[in-house]
Parts: sequence; C-alpha cells; structure tokens
Amino acid sequence: MHNRINLKAWLLLLPALSFLIAFTHWPTLKSIWRSFAWAGSDVAQSQFVGLDNYRLLLEDPVFFKVIENNFWYAVGTVPTSIALAIIMALWVNSKIRGTSLLRLAFFTPTILPMITVANIWLFFYSPNIGLFNQLLGLVGIEGPNWLGDPDTALSSLMVMTVWKEAGFFMIFYLAALQSLSPDLFDAAKLEGASAWRRFRKITFPLLMPTTLFVLINAVLNAFKLVDHVFILTKGGPDNESNLLLYYIYEVAFSFLDSYYAATLTVVMLAILAIIALVQMLLLERKIHYR
Amino acid sequence: MKLLSKCLTTIGITSILGVSGAVSAATDLTMYYPVAVGGALTKIVDGMVDKFEAENPDINVKAIYAGNYNDARVKALAALQSGSPAQLSVMFSIDIHELRNLDAIVPFDDVVSTDADREWLNSFYPALMENGKADGKTWGIPFQRSTIVMYYNKDMFRAAGLDPEKPPTSWEELASMGKKLTKKDSNGVVQQWGAMIPSTGYPYWMFGALTKQNSEVLMNQEGTETYFDKPGVIAALEYWQDLGNKHEVMPKGMIEWGTLRQNFLEQKTAIMWHSTGNLTTVKNKAQFDFGVAKLPGNKELGSPTGGGNFYIFKKSSDEEKQASLKFIKFMTSPQQAAEWSKATGYMGVGPGAYETETLKTYLKTFSPAAVARDQLTHATAELSTYAAGRVRKALDDAIQSALIGKATAKEALTDAQKQANLFLRRYK
Repeated sequence: MHNRINLKAWLLLLPALSFLIAFTHWPTLKSIWRSFAWAGSDVAQSQFVGLDNYRLLLEDPVFFKVIENNFWYAVGTVPTSIALAIIMALWVNSKIRGTSLLRLAFFTPTILPMITVANIWLFFYSPNIGLFNQLLGLVGIEGPNWLGDPDTALSSLMVMTVWKEAGFFMIFYLAALQSLSPDLFDAAKLEGASAWRRFRKITFPLLMPTTLFVLINAVLNAFKLVDHVFILTKGGPDNESNLLLYYIYEVAFSFLDSYYAATLTVVMLAILAIIALVQMLLLERKIHYR
Repeated sequence: MKLLSKCLTTIGITSILGVSGAVSAATDLTMYYPVAVGGALTKIVDGMVDKFEAENPDINVKAIYAGNYNDARVKALAALQSGSPAQLSVMFSIDIHELRNLDAIVPFDDVVSTDADREWLNSFYPALMENGKADGKTWGIPFQRSTIVMYYNKDMFRAAGLDPEKPPTSWEELASMGKKLTKKDSNGVVQQWGAMIPSTGYPYWMFGALTKQNSEVLMNQEGTETYFDKPGVIAALEYWQDLGNKHEVMPKGMIEWGTLRQNFLEQKTAIMWHSTGNLTTVKNKAQFDFGVAKLPGNKELGSPTGGGNFYIFKKSSDEEKQASLKFIKFMTSPQQAAEWSKATGYMGVGPGAYETETLKTYLKTFSPAAVARDQLTHATAELSTYAAGRVRKALDDAIQSALIGKATAKEALTDAQKQANLFLRRYK
C-alpha cells in the first residue's frame, strides 16, 4: 500500500522533475564542468584545465567592476523599493476614496514588460529631448547625459528599477495587510498607542514573513534582471553600468568565450545561493509566523 | 488560403523527399547578412540575390538581415548551434580567428576544385585579403568592404576661404583648417563644427586609421599580440583628444556613429570620417557640393580596411558548399561587384570590377567613388585578434574613456593592453 502511494507520487512528480533536471540541474552541472575546461586555439575539443579560468577571473578587472556595480545596484534598489512598497501598500489600504485607482496606478509599472519600461525610460533620460532634462531646463539647469555619463549611468538604472519593482512588492504587502486582524489595532488604539507606534510594534513585525519573501526576491532580482541594461546602456560607458549577468551574456555571446562565461555563471550561482541561505538563517529567527 | 495550402504541400513534398533520401532538385541556402550603415542596402542585396536565382533556378538563397556585425554573428552562430540551417554568411572580416576557433567555417581552398576557381581566389585586392587569410589558407572572401574616407563640404570650405579642391592632408592641416571651419554664434555656442570622427559603434576602427597614420599597428598578423600601449599609439589617441579639447574643432565627448551621416548632411560639420559604404547615400542626399578624400596623415597616410567577408559554414553538405561557392563567385564577380560598388559606395573588391564599363563610366562622372580603392595602397588590416570581441571592447572602452576625459590616453590604453594580455595569453 505504502509503496503504491510512493510510486504514484513519483509518477506525478515525473513531468515537472524531468523538466527541472533537463533545464536546471543538467545545465548547472554542465556549467560547472565547463568552468574547469578550455578549448585552446584552433581546437574545438575542450579539455580539463583545473583552476585556470578562476585564476583568470581573479585578474579580470571587469569582473571586479561588475561585482562592485551589482553590490551597489542591490544596495540602491532593494531597501528603497521595499520601503516604497510598504508606504504605498499602507496608503492604498487606508480608507480613503479612490484607492482602487491608486492601486492601479502603483501597479501599472509591474504589468509592463521590462523591455517596454526601458524603452519608455530611454526617452525620459535622453540628453536633449528627454523629459528629465526638459523639466530641468525649465528651471534653467542643463541636465546631464544620464545614461552616457559614467557618474549617473548606474544610478539611472537604479531609479528605473525601483519605479518598476516597488509596485510589484506593494501587492504582497497589501495582501498581508488585509489579512491582519483589526482586533490588534483596536486594542492598541484603546491603549492610546500612536499611529507610528502601532506600525512599529504591530504592523511591521507581522509583515516580517512578507518582508523576508520580498527581500529574497528583490535581491535575487537585482542579480537576475538585466533586460533594461540591453536597452538603456549596454553596460556602458566603460562598464560603469555593467552588471554580472549582463557581463556573462557579453562574454558568452559577444566574446564567444563559453568557458569563461561558465566560470562567471558558477560564481553567480554561488553568490545567489549564499545570499538566500544567509537571509533564511538570519531572518528566520526574528520572524513571527503564525 | 490557396497559397497556404500550396506552401504546406510544398513543405510536405520536400520533407517526404528528404526522408526518403531522394535527390532534391533545388538547393536551399540560408545566408545571414549584416547591415552596418543603413540605407537601402537590403534592397540592393535582394536585387542581386534575385538575379542569381534567375540565372541558377536550382539554387534558392534566403537572406536574413540581422542587424549590425555583432548581431549578425551572434544570430548566425546561435542558428548553427540550434541546428537551424545556415550555409553561408557575410560577417565581419575580423571575425576570422574566432570563427576558426569555434570550428564554424571551412577554408575556401577546401571547397574550390578547379584551377579557374583557384585563380578566382587570387583575383581580389591583396589588402582586402589580409583579414581573410590565416595559416596559409583563405577563409573569407571580401564583399562588403570599405576603408574610412574623409567626406567634406566644399560649400563650407569656400565660405571659410579655403580651396575646396585642397582638403587637409596632414594632422596639422586638419586642425588648422578645422579651426577656420568651426563657427560659433555670438554667445560662443558652436553652430558648425570643423570635423567629426565617430567614437561610438566602431571606435577601434577609426583609431586604427590614426595609429596607422602615426606608423603604428595595433596587433601582430597572427592575432596573438596587441600594441595598445606603445608611445606612437598613445600619441595617436592624444591627437584625437586634442581635436576636441585643444583645437576645439570637434565636439568634446562622444560622437555617434549612427547619426554622424545625418549631421554631415544637415551641415552641422564640415568634415566627417566615415565608411565609404555611405558614399552613395551621401551623394543622393547631400544638398550641397561635397568632396571625398583620403584621410589626412601624420607620419604617413593610412586607413584600416573594414567591413564584411563571405564565409562558408562547416556544418553544411557538400552540395550546399558548392552552391554557396557558386553564389559567392557570382556576388563577387567583376560585374556584380561593380554594380554593388556603384549602388552603395563599398569598394569593388578586385581590380576586375574597376575594368568594367559600369564602374569606368561611373568614375568618369563621379570621381569620389575611386578614393576608397586608391587609399588601399595605404591600407592596413583591421584590428583582428583571438578573443576578438573582448580585445576590441577593451580598446573601445579605452578610447571612449579617454575622449570623455575619464582617463588620460596613456592610462586608458595601458589598461586596455593589460586586459588584452590577460585574455590573449590563453592562445599562446
């Protein structure tokens, strides 16, 4: 009896599992193998070269540049979009008129594909005809070439990302907020707790499971989403806005170096695994699950 | 509807034939094709393909236009890897080392069989073959080939009191004439620039011209070494910076490759350096009297060759290879090359093209069409190395960061050389 149930379970799992193995686990293993291989010149036959590719990586200034960029990109986008998402969620959860319109407005950036958003923002950022510089021009400031200037390129990407992501995270917070029991807030009000105190002591702690979920997603997205880089800057100028995943694409498809690309991919996998692990372990303890 | 069912039947029949192993009458060829300068290029290529198909009813050629040179390479290789058919392609002449490295192409020496064919291999300008040969074999046949030429606005030369038949021939003259050609309004805002050299798109290519003019080369013939940090090379980049910063005849910072032709046509600049592939479009659209000249020199005259070669992919059957060869021979035959050159401005790829009545008559009425060819005597190979994409980008980034003032020419080029060393050492 027990065995039959087991078999049935495995059979039910089989379709999903085979796709997972074919498109996730097998490529991962292959990437790991490739990161230790190299074809050399004039031979299409790859051979084991040990840590050569990793040694190259440690000397590659562009690699360190994209890691640094990715770090700042995550630091710049994740907390901001989470904070914005909470504020927006609290706002559209309040009992004021027109909240459904407001929800729609906040959510619009999310339903647009990243490529579309990037193309729209390309026009916001463009130096002479762009919206931002026209607005700045009204008050007599000559705006920078947002995407072309090494000092502003990465920040410009970040601003757009926050705009795009905050609405998405808002939905999760909104759902969480609506599931909170009003009794807690009524009781707190009776005790005379201020709005800020109610938020800090009740709402925020109870939102922690959502925050963990959103945080993991946001951090992973900071590494995984590079669609806009293709449209806005292509990693330029001089790698100032290059991110790890875009660099992997560049190495694999522009530089045609699949071995080094595999090495970078393994590094990226490791980074993502570590981040997810740390977040789970550290935050798990501070979260109230019901 | 009728058409659709007809198509389906054809597909059905073809696949049945394919399965049964019967010899199909027609050979289908898929060709990837890059469009680097825009304009009506695709129509011209389509016209030539139609003509070929009319002469060879047993061969069908499907041309896939795939964006710029990088896009075309990425798409063609992706198609090959996914198993979609692609038998030949026009790709960057400088992709040769990497394409060989990927084992994607076959040498033409292995495809040709007759003495006439072997003679055909030698019918092209040697300067255009520099990027097509390696290991004593020919891997690329020149087709969409160019050099950089100097377009200048003769009306502006006259207005500035310069002789419109004497464009600058040296770096000093480019700077001094440029100053006369640069015009500012009463607020000091520049209305008309003296010269523009594009610094996006293919900056390393423009830089190849400046370095050759300074009697330096960027790499060795084997493609295993680069010389970005040599003093002469650094000096060439400093001159490029000076045109904007010191002489103020060129806008500071970046100059877009893609919009430069329009800037020239709208008379925003008196001089532009650009691919000769723009010639026919400029001729058709310029509302003013313009001239074309060899690039000015410093220690010597010089320009890199550029553009695309025909390659035949290894992953194709013998019939397909022979059909591809036939097509390539047609496209590069003197008569076709002459008409192609006339229609676009790209070079006739061999002396034969310039012997045809088509080009002879054309050159009589429009002498600028000969400049690119005449410049071949001063030409050098385009930057082509192993790890080409990487090395090229390192140099592009260096040039750009020097031009926008982020680094000095020396710092930028030393960095680029370090990166090139790092990735080339694996090929030694």
